[in-house]
Amino acid sequence: MSDEPIVQMTGITKDFTGVRALDGVDFTLRPGEIHAVMGENGAGKSTLIKVLTGVHTPDAGQIRLDGRPVRFNSPKAAQAGGISTVYQEVNLTENLSVAENLFAGREPRLGPFINFRAMRRRARALLEDIGIDLNVAAPLGSYSIAMQQLVAIARAVDIKAKVLILDEPTSSLDRDEVAVLLRVMRRLAENGTAMVFISHFLDQVYEISDRMTVLRNGTLVGEWESAALPESDLIGHMLGREAATLEQIERQAGEHKPDRGEPIVSAKGLGRKGSIAPYDLEVHAGEVVGLAGLLGSGRTETVRLIAGADRHDSGTLAFEGKSVGSHNPRTAALRGIAFCPENRKTEGLVGDLTVAENMILAMQASKGWARTVPPAQRSRLVAEFIEKLDIRPANPDLPVKNLSGGNQQKVLLARWMLIEPKLLILDEPTRGIDVGAKADIQRLVTELSGDGMAVLFVSAELDEVTRLSDRIAVLRDRELIATLETEADMTSEKIVDTIVAKGGDQ
Amino acid sequence: MSTDTLTERPARSTLFDGLSRYIPIGATVALLVVMYLVGTGNYRNFGEPQVVANLFVNNAALLIIAVGMTFVILSGGIDLSVGSVMAFSAMSCAWLTVEAGIPAETAVAMVLVLGTVSGAATGAVIHYFNVQPFIATLAGLFLYRGLTLQISDRDVAIRDNAFFDWGMERTEFGNVRDGGFSLPNIVFIAGAVVLIAFVVLHYTRFGRGVYAVGGSEQSALLMGLPVARTKVGVYAVSGFCAALGGVVAAFSTKSADPLGGLGLELDAIAAVVVGGALLTGGAGFVLGTVAGVMVMGMLSTIISFDGRFSSWWARIIVGILLLAFILLQRVLARSGEKRKT
Amino acid sequence: MSALLDRSKSAARAAWAHQYFRRLIWPLGVLLVLIVVNIAVTGFDFIIPSVHDGRLGGAFVNILRRSAPLLLIALGMTLVIATKGIDLSVGAVYAIGAAIACQWIIGRDQMSLGVVFVAVAIAIAVAAAIGAWNGLMVANFGIQPIVATLILMIAGRGIAQLITGGQIPSVSDETPFVELGRGAVLTIPVPIIIAGVVLAALALLTRTTALGMLLESVGGNPEASRLAGIRSKSITVLVYLVCGLCAGLAGLIGAANLGSADANNGGLWIELDAILAVVIGGTALLGGRFFLLGTTIGVAIIGTLEVTIINIGLSSQWQFTAKAIVVLVVALLQSPEFRAWVAKPLRGKRPGGAPSAKAESTGEEALVK
Repeated sequence: MSDEPIVQMTGITKDFTGVRALDGVDFTLRPGEIHAVMGENGAGKSTLIKVLTGVHTPDAGQIRLDGRPVRFNSPKAAQAGGISTVYQEVNLTENLSVAENLFAGREPRLGPFINFRAMRRRARALLEDIGIDLNVAAPLGSYSIAMQQLVAIARAVDIKAKVLILDEPTSSLDRDEVAVLLRVMRRLAENGTAMVFISHFLDQVYEISDRMTVLRNGTLVGEWESAALPESDLIGHMLGREAATLEQIERQAGEHKPDRGEPIVSAKGLGRKGSIAPYDLEVHAGEVVGLAGLLGSGRTETVRLIAGADRHDSGTLAFEGKSVGSHNPRTAALRGIAFCPENRKTEGLVGDLTVAENMILAMQASKGWARTVPPAQRSRLVAEFIEKLDIRPANPDLPVKNLSGGNQQKVLLARWMLIEPKLLILDEPTRGIDVGAKADIQRLVTELSGDGMAVLFVSAELDEVTRLSDRIAVLRDRELIATLETEADMTSEKIVDTIVAKGGDQ
Repeated sequence: MSTDTLTERPARSTLFDGLSRYIPIGATVALLVVMYLVGTGNYRNFGEPQVVANLFVNNAALLIIAVGMTFVILSGGIDLSVGSVMAFSAMSCAWLTVEAGIPAETAVAMVLVLGTVSGAATGAVIHYFNVQPFIATLAGLFLYRGLTLQISDRDVAIRDNAFFDWGMERTEFGNVRDGGFSLPNIVFIAGAVVLIAFVVLHYTRFGRGVYAVGGSEQSALLMGLPVARTKVGVYAVSGFCAALGGVVAAFSTKSADPLGGLGLELDAIAAVVVGGALLTGGAGFVLGTVAGVMVMGMLSTIISFDGRFSSWWARIIVGILLLAFILLQRVLARSGEKRKT
Repeated sequence: MSALLDRSKSAARAAWAHQYFRRLIWPLGVLLVLIVVNIAVTGFDFIIPSVHDGRLGGAFVNILRRSAPLLLIALGMTLVIATKGIDLSVGAVYAIGAAIACQWIIGRDQMSLGVVFVAVAIAIAVAAAIGAWNGLMVANFGIQPIVATLILMIAGRGIAQLITGGQIPSVSDETPFVELGRGAVLTIPVPIIIAGVVLAALALLTRTTALGMLLESVGGNPEASRLAGIRSKSITVLVYLVCGLCAGLAGLIGAANLGSADANNGGLWIELDAILAVVIGGTALLGGRFFLLGTTIGVAIIGTLEVTIINIGLSSQWQFTAKAIVVLVVALLQSPEFRAWVAKPLRGKRPGGAPSAKAESTGEEALVK
């Protein structure tokens, strides 16, 4: 391994309309190394990669490739410079053959015509090189996603990539498929290709990577040799400690111990193949159950099944003791299950509609279109919640897309509080919003549970989960591995230990 | 080099799978055969080769236009302007030769260039300004019909021009009385178009790019394919084919009809879909389109041979066929999705 | 608290009016320009209604009367487009509606009100059923709207011909049915009344109930709507049903006006005019916010445009060309890419980065080339 870096990024800063996504980040990649970039959602991983691949141009900082300063304006320019990317979604076309996908745009030709025989021969040779044997004339779509992913890698490698970026390539693969992919990566590294590897599966990262760079909130935490960084330290670096910027919410677990009678919702062996392993989970009235785990551990998948957003294919779900038959977002809402999804913009709000309309949406949906919420009641409720949640600007007729992230989140919360649910499911409600709104939402969760509402709370921030929850369900690798009672001595370290311990078992 | 090589055989059956991607076109061909057998079984003289030959003669212009439409639909677009462009080019040929006195050869060349350029312009609007193909080509539908009517709102005869006799000059294959048949030159034009389209779609970078863009424009872009050139190109091809269709129509009727090709865009789209192409792009064959045109021609032929059925049954049956093919594709696509997860 | 409430109420009205006004201002402007051009050419008779035979007449009233079928279809189309859909089959449904009514009437006692009433009821019921079928294809089978409605666009006219037996059934000029197209109530032409009633009904239906908001929600963000518990499937079916119903009603008016049903040419290309009217009226083809009043203005623009072309001395053939220009202009104005492209030379070059950035860019060029 040569020490002359192939890629050197220094002081990379990138702002998106007021939000600093990257703040003076350094990143160094050496030839033949596999370098993992680690961090939670919003840490700046994808922005860093997009700066390197020319999707974004940095506001400040320098990129050197082979010692020469470069600035890429498009992915195509980066590709021409020798930087190729393989994404989580296979960016090939399923309707063309394997060979065609490998050589699309650069097919060997005889005169003006494609020389299919030469193309197939070269395709076979190329795949043989990385150790796979396929019928290269068959359409790519007839192979598994894993195999398609390997074909994508083969294509990237053949375009004389000096640097290969693998962005979550393993997230839809099973264990054996991952093994093949890692083996191919190792072989490429032996041949001198430098690779940036992004994955939320820690065991894979430890198995394959030589070095790790950890980002948090757009800043560089540090760079370590993988072998020299224990897993617990890595998780600690990724999740970090919340500084005392937030007003401390007094955890009320001690004083108000909810009486654990009949659970509001109880899941038995609930699961969905390829999404989350079967799990048991109960939430009682007045109780906050936190879901902790790393990105991709199955936090969102767990709550989506309870919310009816995804269909479960195993197990049973009971609501207030009664088994739930047909379960979809509509029937869930009618039963009193409210779900604020992780992605506000694409799954939560209707951007063109006003604040008031977005707030009233769930209430109106449960009534059906014919029974309109009376305008007077509607303006009263909307005004009430705008005041209660301190939504700014306090104008109910503004299109919701014009609001800031924190205020959008509050609108979404208001939508569900309007129907007075028995169970409120919040998936990362505090992600990407300002500190004030964050504190407001945390205070609200405490209040609502104090009033007897059951809350399921998903967050990437362990401190937040520990502080708010009465019980914490811990997830790892799409499996619910433990449910911890939050006693007074509960700390985020305990959660980290649980995650790591389970990882050690496997 | 390690010895453990990972082998996988295509196991899943999807719309794009080796075999099942031929299901729609197979169904079309089977349908064609059944229709032919029904025809020969029930009607006298149906089995004569000239009946089949006439399918090509009567549908030469539609065939050419449907081939152009195949390019557009494979790329994931749609072209509503072809009927109007066809009428416009036939009318322009007539006007240029009769009124402006331009030699017919020059006039035809001018018309073909114009069709291609206008198609490319439409494609540019669609790609660079991200205007939906439906709307952009809708403008073409209105524009060229309007221009055609402005040149003349009644038929213009070009009977006097010797050049336009060439199109219907027939070549005999055997004696027509003893089971031979004859084909006019326009059929050879259509045949050449099909042949060239087949070669271009299957054996050139442009052709494979059309399939890639139709499969996933996003992926094609990330793979570094010339998406802009491909998208502009397919509309240029379609414009050229529509213009050529107009020339062929002028050949076959020796006149230009300002209302010719009215609704032809629908026939062309129907032929492409019945021929097994996916309206969302990425899957289909130009030979399937030929089969689709033949199915529609065969329908009219059977109806005219029978005499009991009226001509509108053709439309209704084409609608039913469309429904069947669209549902078939939906089922195949769904089974593909299921296996994938 | 109550102060906030009052403020929010009046603000709501103001904001709503403001939003509406902004969307409608330029279609209204275009309509006004067209009207002014016509007045300049033909005098004030163009706009001032006159009464003939107990019926309101005059150039502009006639435009409105003739545009009534288009308005009906465009209103239905507006709702469909609001859900991110499109309905290509309306022209065929128009022909089917006309064919059913005429065919039913000519075989029976033409003077009987009962016969006419049954004919109208059957025609409207069939049109609504066809619309519902389109909706089911879109909502339950997940077929793209453009594909799903293409089937009936192609087959529909065949069905209409099947109903009429390939003839053009002509009803007697005396039958009450023709009043739908030619009659007048209190001097106001019946087609204008019907279109006005449907406009009012749809506006009330969508704006006083929650239907309008739920429609815009489904069209604006289908997934968020699903997670909010909205029954988007039944709403989608309902909207296509309404669109089919409007198309059938339009066919009845058209047939009553002519006294006959032409399965081949009745309502030919009306789907394209309707889509054009919707787009002119400010409803985006991508779904979301819809403007019934904007669509109405769009229809008036299309109707007035056709008359204007003749009034200013161009041949009637120009109307296609004029429409093409309108389609292009509207499509390009709605395209952000086009607006950026046009604005680029105006804004000038973006103030470039530091000199160091320029040095780097040459480095990149060396790599790329």
